[in-house]
Amino acid sequence: MMKVAIVKYNAGNVQSVIYALNRLGVNPIVTDDPELLQQADKVIFPGVGEASTAMAYLKERGLDQVIVNLKQPVLGICLGLQLMCKHSEEGDVDCLGIFDVDVKRFPANAGVKVPQMGWNKLHHMKGLLFEGLPAESYVYFVHSYYAALSPETAAQSTHAVDFSASLQKDNFYAMQFHPEKSSEAGSVILKNFLEL
Amino acid sequence: MLTKRIIPCLDIKDGKTVKGVNFVDLKDAGDPVELAEIYSREGADELVFLDITATVEKRKTLVELVTKVASKINIPFTVGGGISTIEDVSVLLKAGADKVSINSSAVKRPELINELAGEFGSQCVVVAIDTRYVDGEHIVHVKGGREATELRTIEWAKEVQERGAGEILLTSMDHDGTKNGFALELTGYLTKLLNIPVIASGGAGTMEHFADIFKEDQADAALAASIFHFKEIAIPDLKQYLLDNDIEMRH
Repeated sequence: MMKVAIVKYNAGNVQSVIYALNRLGVNPIVTDDPELLQQADKVIFPGVGEASTAMAYLKERGLDQVIVNLKQPVLGICLGLQLMCKHSEEGDVDCLGIFDVDVKRFPANAGVKVPQMGWNKLHHMKGLLFEGLPAESYVYFVHSYYAALSPETAAQSTHAVDFSASLQKDNFYAMQFHPEKSSEAGSVILKNFLEL
Repeated sequence: MLTKRIIPCLDIKDGKTVKGVNFVDLKDAGDPVELAEIYSREGADELVFLDITATVEKRKTLVELVTKVASKINIPFTVGGGISTIEDVSVLLKAGADKVSINSSAVKRPELINELAGEFGSQCVVVAIDTRYVDGEHIVHVKGGREATELRTIEWAKEVQERGAGEILLTSMDHDGTKNGFALELTGYLTKLLNIPVIASGGAGTMEHFADIFKEDQADAALAASIFHFKEIAIPDLKQYLLDNDIEMRH
């Protein structure tokens, strides 16, 4: 039986992620125990919340070092993706620095609403997690901050600006959208992650 | 580009769907879990559950229902009805709801919006506004639209945005149940005025009505109940129609 661990911290609620994994036949544990995280086959780092508060919480418990040193596949979701970047404008905070890109707030008065809330299209998808998806798939986003495009961008989307809808480097994968709420497309992505 | 959203709404009482449904393939015509699965499969972009259960004891039924629905569907869903404290919201989110909708309780104590946004984030706070045109002004109503307040709709909408609401669900009492179309003017005005999404509700009768409200960005999403429950409009047909009319849809 595959061991999947969800990082427990003070950001958001993880129930939807648990249900989505259950539907794929996996029963994850939710933990902040470094040993359990290190021993898992896959680690998921979800999150809805504020970046600087979340970073302070991770640092206080040493989870920042645990996460960056994980060797198995790690999937960051939403705030998880942003915390895996270099720096976030939200609370002006240095993040985990796994991805060499900064997180900025969507511009005001650019003719779009902030937060971006709803279904948007993925473009230029690359990598194993997007295998089996149509060239343009719709996924569900809820966010006010975004990671810019970078060489590590694995999929992009557009909301006033082009941004990284997904990032990937070595064993680290991240989605700005919510695969657990993105209908069939999201389910394919999570299944691909579990099969890495 | 962000798509427009189609949102079926289920009215729930004591764990069952009320207002009637007409799905022939349902085992139990009132089972909201089955209905949620059908709508999710048919391409609904979100779901809204409004609990109209009267008593506190029966709220437990709602939490069980939210758990069942959340474990089955993979699209966002909002739960509303009878929410007035952080604890109410916490229980629903832990059961798997993505957002909550508050209405009368926000009018009664507007600070509730700030408290919920601070505790759970704006993205999960939907403020529902029931509005009626009275003596030349749009006035906020509460208690299912039965009771007028002193609040002007446009001022109240601006206030809830400032207090941290993530979305507004605007129901026009003048249009609700008429099947004559959404309240285009007021909804369009608020959609352009505000920086948070506005969901149009009340008055949907035909596919053209959805095209009307989405043209020129007069709403970010549209909600309807009976036309979906009675299969007067099927979601896949509606989405195809809107795509044919150059409206961005998830398909």
